[in-house]
Amino acid sequence: MRKIFLLLLTVHFSLLAAAQDMTALVMKVKAKLDQVNDYEADGKMKTDVSFIKAPIGKVKVFFKKPNKFRLRKDGGISLLPKGGVSVNMNTVFATTDFVALAAGEAVIGGTKTKVVKLLPSNENNDIVLTTMYIDEANLLVKKMITTTKENGTYEIEMTYGQFAQYGLPDKVIFGFNTKDYKLPKGITLEFDDNEKQLTDAEKLKNKKGRVEITYTNYVINKGISDAVFK
Amino acid sequence: MQAIVNVKGLTKQFKNLTAVQDLSFSVNEGDVYGFLGQNGAGKSTTIRMLATLISPTDGEIEIFGLKLEDHRNEILREVGAVIEKPDVYKYLSAYENLKLFARLSGVKITHEKLMKQLDQVGLASRAKDTVKTFSQGMKQRLGIAIALVHNPKLIILDEPTNGLDPQGIADIRNLILHLSRDLNKTLIVSSHLLSEIEQVATRVLIIDKGKKIIEGNAEELFDPAQTIVELQTFDNVYALEQLQISPWNTHLQKQRDTAILIKLDRQLISQLHRDLVDMDIQVLSLQPRHSLEDYFLQVTSGNQHVDTYSN
Amino acid sequence: MWTLIQIELFKIFRRPRTYIAFAAITGLIGIIQFGLKLDGDSYVEFMMRDITSSITVEGKILNGYQVCYIVLQVLLVHVPLLIALVAADMISGEANMGTLRIMLTRPISRTKFLLAKFMATVAYTLLLLVWLAVLALFVNMLLFGTDDLFLLKSQYVVLLKKDDIFWRYVWAFGFAALAMTTVASLGFLFSLFAENSIGPIVATMSVIIFFTILSTLNIPVFNTIKPFLFTTHMIGWKEFFDIKVNDANEAIVGSIQNSQKIMNSALVLVIHIIGFVTASILIFRKKDILS
Repeated sequence: MRKIFLLLLTVHFSLLAAAQDMTALVMKVKAKLDQVNDYEADGKMKTDVSFIKAPIGKVKVFFKKPNKFRLRKDGGISLLPKGGVSVNMNTVFATTDFVALAAGEAVIGGTKTKVVKLLPSNENNDIVLTTMYIDEANLLVKKMITTTKENGTYEIEMTYGQFAQYGLPDKVIFGFNTKDYKLPKGITLEFDDNEKQLTDAEKLKNKKGRVEITYTNYVINKGISDAVFK
Repeated sequence: MQAIVNVKGLTKQFKNLTAVQDLSFSVNEGDVYGFLGQNGAGKSTTIRMLATLISPTDGEIEIFGLKLEDHRNEILREVGAVIEKPDVYKYLSAYENLKLFARLSGVKITHEKLMKQLDQVGLASRAKDTVKTFSQGMKQRLGIAIALVHNPKLIILDEPTNGLDPQGIADIRNLILHLSRDLNKTLIVSSHLLSEIEQVATRVLIIDKGKKIIEGNAEELFDPAQTIVELQTFDNVYALEQLQISPWNTHLQKQRDTAILIKLDRQLISQLHRDLVDMDIQVLSLQPRHSLEDYFLQVTSGNQHVDTYSN
Repeated sequence: MWTLIQIELFKIFRRPRTYIAFAAITGLIGIIQFGLKLDGDSYVEFMMRDITSSITVEGKILNGYQVCYIVLQVLLVHVPLLIALVAADMISGEANMGTLRIMLTRPISRTKFLLAKFMATVAYTLLLLVWLAVLALFVNMLLFGTDDLFLLKSQYVVLLKKDDIFWRYVWAFGFAALAMTTVASLGFLFSLFAENSIGPIVATMSVIIFFTILSTLNIPVFNTIKPFLFTTHMIGWKEFFDIKVNDANEAIVGSIQNSQKIMNSALVLVIHIIGFVTASILIFRKKDILS
């Protein structure tokens, strides 16, 4: 009995210790990101959802501390996951009020990462849980899975290049769950069947939607007017 | 004289009605050819066949020596026709209508000439008014102007005086005479009223129930010296018997139910009167009728009554 | 022949009836424009309600191209009725007025006369479509501006880039012209059989409404006959607004998803037109004019 208690205690402490460790790591990542007060970037956005046929579009992305984010398409129309791609690292890090728990290690894109689960302490936060895959050596978040109260779960994968020193990705792949889409033909005034012929398997596979943004031309810390975010 | 229209064995069969049956006639150059018949006698069908609106079931039509079937357009270039009502585009003006049909007939025509043509039919002052506002007589005159706009050799007028007031009728009559006498046109004029034909026709064709009744020179058919007297007696059957065995037999016409018709020289009327008394026929009345009117009525509508008397 | 067509066009455009269709189109488009200008946002919201559960659509959805698509979608179902108004009156109207008699005693063969009349009907149809294009496309481009075109189809949505749209409209209007000519030739054929224009107009409209309903109904029994109804093919213009995607599910700018289908539909319509016109000529050549 005592043994068991000791064991539990040990586990508890080790967990706490690990948690402490993770908070430190997360804070380090956050500190790295904090170098960036604002940025503006051009990007190409590709929407890949089974029921959406859209061409690659040009976008402009703006960010300003603490968590102002805006994705703007140049005059065009953009299809974004509900809740927006504004759910990003900055939103997650906007609050320091979280508990970070270690959840093992994983390999993402050939890089060994630490898996960290972030639990916001504030009950009212829209984010319920975030799982981060952090490249410890470079202090970069490679992947992030965020579960929100309102808009389901998002999966964000980031690839870094030129702007890795600021913690800014070259490419973000935003994965999200989509619901079925179907409109009665009476509404669309279509007479016959001309849909993309999808097999059931494909349909299931494609239930996950993806938005891919490839960034170029980051302009960092040059100041951005608040008007941009309105 | 040359035959301009030559019709042989013309027949038109509609589903269960023979409108025209084995009709043959010819129209000579310069004729005003009166085409007489009651309504429904087959006049319109015949005229429509002449104008290519209806295709014959059988028979042949030659116009200007050419087969109508094979040379339709060639022939129609020289034919002007007003068939039934002179219907034109009501939303267009008289001038526009005339110009439109001139172009359709392949005639290039100047503004002055068009106005002159309208003036000839007394419509120059209304040239710019839409036909909607025209009276029946004005429409008829415009219709004739249109039929004449391409200067045809043969003019077909189907019931040209229908629905016209006396003045309108007189106008059309004068126009027909003018076309025939002054412009040497050949005309085919149909009517169900003999009185109209009588005053203008040089030759007459009378049809009934799609068949030819008689064709001949108007002068002969309507010899003014000849007249028809209408005899009414106490006993028409007896009177008819008596007349049939008398020399008057040859003068007897097809009979109508209330009177006996006798065609004779005007001068013989007093002789007839005497003979009737001699034959002890009790005369109620003895009236000379307008010759043509009666002749026409007699041959067209009288037929059916002959049998009543023969029995 | 040219003279004949000119005369027929002159006749068409001197009649008040002709302008009913132009006025109707102007009025309808005007109302749609007014409505969308005034309350376009709620329309868009309504339109998007089925997709916004998982996707946010950002941008100026209600631009000129979108309004044009809305207008075409609504109007091209009804324009046939306006075309019937003139096409089905072409011969019957003349019979009714009595002018057919005088026309056909002119030295013009019936075939030529009929073809000229048909050409004039087609010209009218095309002019109506040009007018529709001016109002629905150009005026809307001015009023609402141009931007990407976001379209909801029954199984998926399509996003077309701003500069990948105009040519699609040009073709779409071309196709619509073919579809409307089919309607015109049907009305034209019907116009041979009556001496007043009401009958043929109602007959044409009835056939189109009836066929369109059959085409729209998604009942398996009717699905087998759908390919044989010309109304099914009349909405082929929409195919120009569907785009191909590559393996990465990325739309290929400048492509058409199913060009073969458009070709087929166009062919079906052309065959109908030829059939209707040939039938008209054969019947009319032998017809006794009794009006």
